Amino acid sequence: MSSLAKWLPSSTPKPSAFLVRFALMAVTLLLIAPVVLSDFRLSLLAKFLCFAIIALGIGLAWGQGGMLVLGQGLFFGLGGYCMGFHMKIVDAGPGNLPDILTYSGQYDSLPWLWKPFASAWFAVPMAILLPMAIAALLGAAVFRQRIRGAYFAILSQALAGAFVIVIVGNLSLTGGTNGLTNFQSFFGLSVIDPADQRILYFIVAIVLLALFLLTRALVLGRYGRLLIAARDDEDRVRFLGYDPARVKLVAYVLAAGMAGLAGALFVPVVGIMAPALLGIVPSVEMVIWVALGGRTALAWAAAGAVMVNWARSSISEQFPSGWLYLQGLLFVTVILFLPKGVGGLVENARRFVGARVSLEGGRPRVEKRPAPAATSAPATKDGL
Amino acid sequence: MDVILNQLFVGLSIASILLLVALGLTFTFGQMNVINMAHGEFIMAGAYTTYVLQTALGTGAIGLAFGLALPLAFLVAGTLGLILEFLVIRRLYGRPLDTLLVTWGVGLMLQQLARDLFGAQNVNVDAPDFLNGGITIAGADLSYPRLFIIGVVVLVIVAIAMYMGRTPAGRRMRAVMQNRPLASVSGVRTTRVDRTTFFIGSGLAGLAGVGITLLGPVGPTLGLAYLIDAFLVVIVGGLGQLRGAIIAALALGMANSFIEYNTSASIAKGGVFLLIVLFLQWRPQGIVVQQRRGLA
Repeated sequence: MSSLAKWLPSSTPKPSAFLVRFALMAVTLLLIAPVVLSDFRLSLLAKFLCFAIIALGIGLAWGQGGMLVLGQGLFFGLGGYCMGFHMKIVDAGPGNLPDILTYSGQYDSLPWLWKPFASAWFAVPMAILLPMAIAALLGAAVFRQRIRGAYFAILSQALAGAFVIVIVGNLSLTGGTNGLTNFQSFFGLSVIDPADQRILYFIVAIVLLALFLLTRALVLGRYGRLLIAARDDEDRVRFLGYDPARVKLVAYVLAAGMAGLAGALFVPVVGIMAPALLGIVPSVEMVIWVALGGRTALAWAAAGAVMVNWARSSISEQFPSGWLYLQGLLFVTVILFLPKGVGGLVENARRFVGARVSLEGGRPRVEKRPAPAATSAPATKDGL
Repeated sequence: MDVILNQLFVGLSIASILLLVALGLTFTFGQMNVINMAHGEFIMAGAYTTYVLQTALGTGAIGLAFGLALPLAFLVAGTLGLILEFLVIRRLYGRPLDTLLVTWGVGLMLQQLARDLFGAQNVNVDAPDFLNGGITIAGADLSYPRLFIIGVVVLVIVAIAMYMGRTPAGRRMRAVMQNRPLASVSGVRTTRVDRTTFFIGSGLAGLAGVGITLLGPVGPTLGLAYLIDAFLVVIVGGLGQLRGAIIAALALGMANSFIEYNTSASIAKGGVFLLIVLFLQWRPQGIVVQQRRGLA
């Protein structure tokens, strides 16, 4: 039994334990999944991994920073439309108009809004920078005035709602409710060909893993400590001489950038970008993934996106209406009874088993060190 | 001149609908700090109550059904609110962001319930005969349904003001809102007050639902469209402030009406949002601020 205890990660993970877990995750995503899954399931997984990138950002802004970002659909959509415009222009070929623009009959040449997106050097950075810029503007205005908690949540939500209305309203430029569809190619890769879809899967998986490592390093460093401090007691951080508005702004802007990048990857993977994917309802769903996975641990936040979407696609295939009840019920139960989500549940189970094992081994484990960043208590005091 | 009058009336009419939805929120959100996303579904419940009454009483009694729907929708939505408070929200006081997420989950279930009960298709509610048509004053068309909504809002505001200002129950409610521990040690039963507050707030959502049936078809996702705007009204008005909510609703309604007239609906939406963010730069606490000690 004592040999078993060695393999169970302790409740305060050592760097090596993390490396083992990360390697397991990377092997699963990069080696096992592509072999085991069919083409269809793999491209489905690629889509969910795009969602996981958004969830990672929400885990940073909400889980670590305490900002309930209810409007991530806006940033996801901005990234998606930037990439979508570019792919549409490339598909049409030089001198031709993309099909979306021909429907209204208003345009003979590319309208000014579309023109710069002909260049990949503009479109790809824009997919990330534009969401970050908008988040920076809103965040600077809001955090500086100490608008927080529910106020911030509702403002960010309203912004996502307004964005959808703008997209739908400008039908001739954006394709309206139908959005952008019928993509052919993505930087020389075919969007339809299964082999190229596999390459896309690897791109998404590697981006996710890399972003996860970066975000984790950020959270474990000095900045992460400040962010958690700003979450738990903003005033005290201010009294200590830091500017909590700036601390929170960084996390919010990074989360927006991640959502934008996810949108840019989503378009070639799924082949569509439409307002129905980014309004108020989908934006709240993004937060639901993180809440179910576990808001306080980045890895669980990202895993939540995959778990919820996987469950949805397998359950709603058979019981379409059952899923909506189940989703609502799951959500209520998790927030009420498991504020740390599935991740918290697993953590507790592991601690329970770990305690049993070490008791049998005659060496009770006592927690002395404070809990690490990734497992600290969720924000309960989120001043309204 | 006609144009300005017309747009003023449109603005007033938008404001009255916003206010009708927001009045319930000033109770639940403003006084109790509960962000009830299922408020939209309570509106839907009110709207479907009207529909059910109309179908049950038949085409001969449309006016009667509509009249009955007003109190009944208040009761139905209020009861739903009581159940929600008892089962869920009670456990989450002090966690405002979590109430938002939980009630969203509840809202999802209620939406699906409505879909299973009444079908995913929108249903139509007929306006009673006496509300068909309208009058024209100085070139501005005032339709009866919109006038009716404005009338209902005015009545509700008067009723709330009387209740809050003149009755012992209203006084207890204000006491709990201003200082919960002090109210509690003074002998006010705060849990009971919470339940009453939530009942009234949710009931008002039901009332709003009846009014909204006059404006268009009724569907399972009816509430959400109005809800976010109503939350913005409460934020701009100042938490829990009836006066603030009224001013904010009027301002947002007018801004929406005039920007939309000069540009388009989508620009109006974005423009109003921009105005709100700018306004909050100037007054982060809203139009009417309740004085309190302590940090912001």
